[in-house]
Amino acid sequence: MSTQHTLEIKGLTVSVETEDGPKEILRGVDLTVKSGETHAIMGPNGSGKSTLAYSVAGHPKYTVTGGTVTLDGEDVLAMSVDERARAGLFLAMQYPVEVPGVTVSNFLRTAKTAVDGEAPKLRTWVKDVKTAMGNLKMDPAFAERSVNEGFSGGEKKRHEILQMELLQPKIAILDETDSGLDVDALKIVSEGVNRAKDASGLGVLLITHYTRILRYIKPDFVHVFVDGKIVEEGGPELADRLEDEGYDRYATTVPAAQA
Amino acid sequence: MPVADTLVDTDASVTDASPTTHVDPQTAAAASAAGFVPQQSRAERAASFDVAAFPLPSGREEEWRFTPVKKLAALLAEGATGHLDWTTSLPEGVTTSTISAAEAQGLGILPPQDRAAVLAAASADGAVLVDVPAEAELTEPVRIRLDGAGADPVHAHVVVRAGRFAKAVVVVEHAGSARVSELLSVVTGDGSDITVVSVQRWSDDTLHLAQHDALVGRDARFTHVSVTLGGAVVRVNANVRYAGPGADATLLGVYFADAGQHLEHRSFVDHNAPHCKSRVTYKGALQGETARTVWVGDVLIRAEAEGTDTYELNRNLVLTDGARADSVPNLEIETGEIEGAGHASATGRFDDLQLFYLQARGIPEDEAKRLVVRGFFVDVIREIPLADLRDEITAAIEEELATTDYAAPTQQTPSQHASKEN
Ligand SMILES: Nc1ncnc2c1ncn2[C@@H]1O[C@H](COP(=O)(O)OP(=O)(O)O)[C@@H](O)[C@H]1O
Ligand SMILES: [Mg+2]
Repeated sequence: MSTQHTLEIKGLTVSVETEDGPKEILRGVDLTVKSGETHAIMGPNGSGKSTLAYSVAGHPKYTVTGGTVTLDGEDVLAMSVDERARAGLFLAMQYPVEVPGVTVSNFLRTAKTAVDGEAPKLRTWVKDVKTAMGNLKMDPAFAERSVNEGFSGGEKKRHEILQMELLQPKIAILDETDSGLDVDALKIVSEGVNRAKDASGLGVLLITHYTRILRYIKPDFVHVFVDGKIVEEGGPELADRLEDEGYDRYATTVPAAQA
Repeated sequence: MPVADTLVDTDASVTDASPTTHVDPQTAAAASAAGFVPQQSRAERAASFDVAAFPLPSGREEEWRFTPVKKLAALLAEGATGHLDWTTSLPEGVTTSTISAAEAQGLGILPPQDRAAVLAAASADGAVLVDVPAEAELTEPVRIRLDGAGADPVHAHVVVRAGRFAKAVVVVEHAGSARVSELLSVVTGDGSDITVVSVQRWSDDTLHLAQHDALVGRDARFTHVSVTLGGAVVRVNANVRYAGPGADATLLGVYFADAGQHLEHRSFVDHNAPHCKSRVTYKGALQGETARTVWVGDVLIRAEAEGTDTYELNRNLVLTDGARADSVPNLEIETGEIEGAGHASATGRFDDLQLFYLQARGIPEDEAKRLVVRGFFVDVIREIPLADLRDEITAAIEEELATTDYAAPTQQTPSQHASKEN
């Protein structure tokens, strides 16, 4: 049922503004994610994984200094943050943001309306939200709470996946969605991702620090990310090797141990 | 939003070290260099029905130091002859009548605390008394609409008297073009539950100085809400005193200042009786060059006010460059036997992370900003007891926002990239 979509990142270089001038973080990233594919990106802390995720989403803190990002051939870098989301990109954030006074239900409905270009039909929407929350074992009371305010770490991550399931993006980037989750929550979140893959042929770029989540979400490709670029690529077996050997064998200027 | 700095002030005497939040430190420094009359305890501030007790202010006095007094000469001079057009909607049982200044004082109203208020109390026309009888439980609000009627300065005095166990909402709406000093005196009976909502939606040229007082009855609940959106200079001072123990007062404010507007809110909760509670929450947004807001929240817990529970909070959201918000909480505590006392004050810009998060879900920037601002005000607006008034105020705030062309905070939506040619 689903059509084929492609996110293509080519030669991407990105810097951030620091007190001592711009600092280059991404040093030429090449990566293509297609519908139905799951790519795992693994790498030590500080290697630039979140920078990659934020840059594709258009966070204003990051300056793209070179390279291209396209979605189905459209220039993503020329789009505003909200245009990227409406084009079909989704970023599940490592640290979801609290928005006081804006209820989850209002937020979800506003986002859905923006992404679809029209308000969802009330009856089916209410049912869809309820079902999706039920699947993620979220208490219905969350709908009337302020976005992410007072949520536990696990609740925030489930809320990210809830949004992903309801907004039905083409390609989703999950930035350490597994970090800080206990096994039960990890399973619930993974089921959500797998549901979205089955339902709409979602393409997934799964950024993770641990191989644990790869037991529940099977990657087709594994990319090792060190020092702002991909240094090795392979299939699922590469993840197992990383589990055993760590990142030590990749020449890195970033201490891999700083977890 | 920035995180509030919460502190409990346990110093027993004066509070001249209270935090002041400025957006523009340079202006603040210049202002303090001009030198103010030293601050005294709020208990020593003049409060009197005698006009002579309040000489013409210079602008250096503690109670006037943020206010552009030079623009207010017409309201600070005796002999105002103008009037406002009144439209009232009175539920059954509620009556209005005109009473003399002496009769008004006889009802036990609080004395004026500045020159504008004392002149309003001394108004030659006397006062309009709105009477809510004892045990009346109004299902409809008392609505009073005051419209500007000409350029002559107005000194107006309204007295609201609510009997014991009465339950009522009184909405006073201000609109049009006027120069008015207004004294609104509320006296509530024991066990009553009275809410006064004062809405300022004046035209751009209006000058409005107001003192809104409540003497709150024993075991009574009182809520005052200021909503200030329109006017050139608007200053609404809300004061509370307790007639007996066990009472609960809530002072709320919502304001939105545009370029050229000075919107000032002061509150003074005089905890003069034991086991009373007060909550003060004011939230404001500012946009445009020279937009100016002031909040000064005084709380005095007197020696006899054991078991007091008080908290005050002010938050300001600065939407564009050039606007300035002052925020000054003053908490004086004269007894150690209190339940709780604290204050928080914070002024900040749009939170870029919040906007990014909302936009990353497809919500366009201007709509994301509306959501954030609406969310910012929601906990105060929620307390307004009338749905139609809540909606009207929310819509008015969004109208204000629609005119904003957000200068500095977050212009860079698409990431700049020098990538096309590689
Ligand atoms: N605003 C910033 N200023 C300075 N350095 C930054 C900034 N943002 C990120 N960095 C640096 O960029 C590098 C990559 O960070 P990040 O993308 O968060 O890595 P990861 O997600 O792989 O842990 C780190 O060294 C981090 O310290
Ligand atoms: Mg990261």
